[in-house]
Amino acid sequence: MSDSAQIAGDERVKKEPFMTKLMKRPELGAMAGVVLVVIFFAITADDSMFTLAGVMNFMTPAAQLGILAIGAALLMIGGEFDLSIGSMVAFAGLFFGVCVVTWQLPLIVAIPMTFVFAAFVGAVNGNIVIRSGLPSFIVTLAFLFILRGLSLVGLKAATGGSTQLRGVRDVVENDWLAPFFSGEAFGSLFTWLAANGMIDTFKSGAPKVPGVPVEILWFIVLALAATYVLLRTPAGNWIFAAGGDSTAASNSGVPVSKIKVSLFMLTACCAALVAIITVIDAGSTDARRGFQKEFEAIIAAVIGGCLLTGGYGSAIGAFFGSIIFGMVVIGLTYTDFDQDWFQVFLGAMLLIAVLFNNAIRKRVTGER
Amino acid sequence: MTEDTKFHHGDAAGDQAPIVEMKDIEKHFGNIIALAGVSFDVKPGECHCLLGDNGAGKSTFIKTMSGVHKPTKGEIYFEGKPLHFDTPRDAMEAGIATVFQDLAMIPLMSVTRNFFMGREPTKGKGLLKRFDVEHANEVCMEEMRKMGINLRGPDQAVGTLSGGERQTVAIARAVYFGAKILILDEPTSALGVRQTSNVLATIDKVRSQGVGVVFISHNVRHALAVGDRFTVLNRGKTLGTATRGEITPEQLQDLMAGGQEMAELEGSLGGTV
Repeated sequence: MSDSAQIAGDERVKKEPFMTKLMKRPELGAMAGVVLVVIFFAITADDSMFTLAGVMNFMTPAAQLGILAIGAALLMIGGEFDLSIGSMVAFAGLFFGVCVVTWQLPLIVAIPMTFVFAAFVGAVNGNIVIRSGLPSFIVTLAFLFILRGLSLVGLKAATGGSTQLRGVRDVVENDWLAPFFSGEAFGSLFTWLAANGMIDTFKSGAPKVPGVPVEILWFIVLALAATYVLLRTPAGNWIFAAGGDSTAASNSGVPVSKIKVSLFMLTACCAALVAIITVIDAGSTDARRGFQKEFEAIIAAVIGGCLLTGGYGSAIGAFFGSIIFGMVVIGLTYTDFDQDWFQVFLGAMLLIAVLFNNAIRKRVTGER
Repeated sequence: MTEDTKFHHGDAAGDQAPIVEMKDIEKHFGNIIALAGVSFDVKPGECHCLLGDNGAGKSTFIKTMSGVHKPTKGEIYFEGKPLHFDTPRDAMEAGIATVFQDLAMIPLMSVTRNFFMGREPTKGKGLLKRFDVEHANEVCMEEMRKMGINLRGPDQAVGTLSGGERQTVAIARAVYFGAKILILDEPTSALGVRQTSNVLATIDKVRSQGVGVVFISHNVRHALAVGDRFTVLNRGKTLGTATRGEITPEQLQDLMAGGQEMAELEGSLGGTV
């Protein structure tokens, strides 16, 4: 074998065109989806959808879902599923509500307690999956019902028979930590922009959009952090490895069980974050909070390029997947279509995304 | 045997002290005697072939060597000192790397990510401690080039590599992480002619870096192409160790098969096996 000839370059390798390179990114499908959905609504929807107010309008539900979807995406890349995140939102909401209303704890205590509590439930979930070797699908399906049921029972116990716990807003209103988890950020910037005529205002001179809803900021920060972890840290490599082939990974010294349990804990904490934000925002918590969010989060992750078999996907993909979701659910109200088309649209998106991802995977692994 | 001339066959088998010496290893699984006294040693820079037919105990033996099984009887000396491996991890840290047939590779991940899986290089401190991707890519490309494989790029998925190339990635990885002994479990069994000669060339390169290679095979031609010494296992026992040049392919083949019937078969097959 002549080494020099090989080092000079392999004549069988063509230079890769930019498009082919792009095709290999897991988040490509979701980005293309965003473009398509924007074009669709640009044609069919009322112009007000793409004003600043309209954008904030669809980004808020997108962000609430997206926080869950990023957790779900990391877990899926790690090779597991969590069907209990929707119920976890209700359960964490109940715990948080009881902390602030019943026990009158300040947010600085109540919020960390809620996260620890959620992480504990996630760890229980994860440990059962890892130790029993059962599919996470079944174990977390059980928890979907267990947590939803516990939320109902717990709410009734805490309120004396009602399935709604009210009065959260009154107790947290003046807490110094509340602005991080509720309302809008950058209020003064928006007032300044309005005063200088750069954004739309009401007749009174107040800006139509008072600021960026905090969940959108959380959503963006989480997406960036998750992407950084996945692509630029050893832990990210371990997540891909654990999902790609857990035996090969543990043979190579990757702490697979630890990684998977941590991911379950992280997903539960994402659910708790959504619970805290929405409970403060609504001023109350109820048993239906987060209903069916587990499916929507998984759909967003899959649209974002995650494979159901694990080991492949991206957090940025889940980010765009959630934006697609938010645009469709809110966007339809700006059009003449019946809003119930939303579910048809969602199902179709999921199907297209799975077909697309499957083709991509074959391309990446060189299957024909 | 045209392949004979391709590779250097060093003086390794000469007077150097063995890295690993295994004496009278016995392994029983319940009432089954898988190994009934096997002795084997590997010296730096040599390729010691372990030959044997299916069921001869090759796999059990290398699993004992790599710390998966504990021997029922017998002693293991590593660099002259008696040693006991409790887990494969211990053996790995001592410098015994095993490339199993499944290779421990993840097809969906890039070559670099596979190469450094579980042992990622980092830079920065504390919260800023991160996977040094640039360094990892450079090292990976360089190590693969040394083995004669030009990657399209460090981000090429392992799934797009051929079987022989994957084998080479696994070998390069083991060598890069400081293997003194490299155990290859039938690396050529599933490969085509071209890929086989690539892997054999890789073995030769690794050997010339002073690593002791244990090459498990049941293919006499592949073994003779690179081997310095040959040990034949049959029914859990060593039938003897021969140095290169002392033994003909026919003799090796007969030893592996246990003699008699093979001679008869060979006549009817015209010496093609």
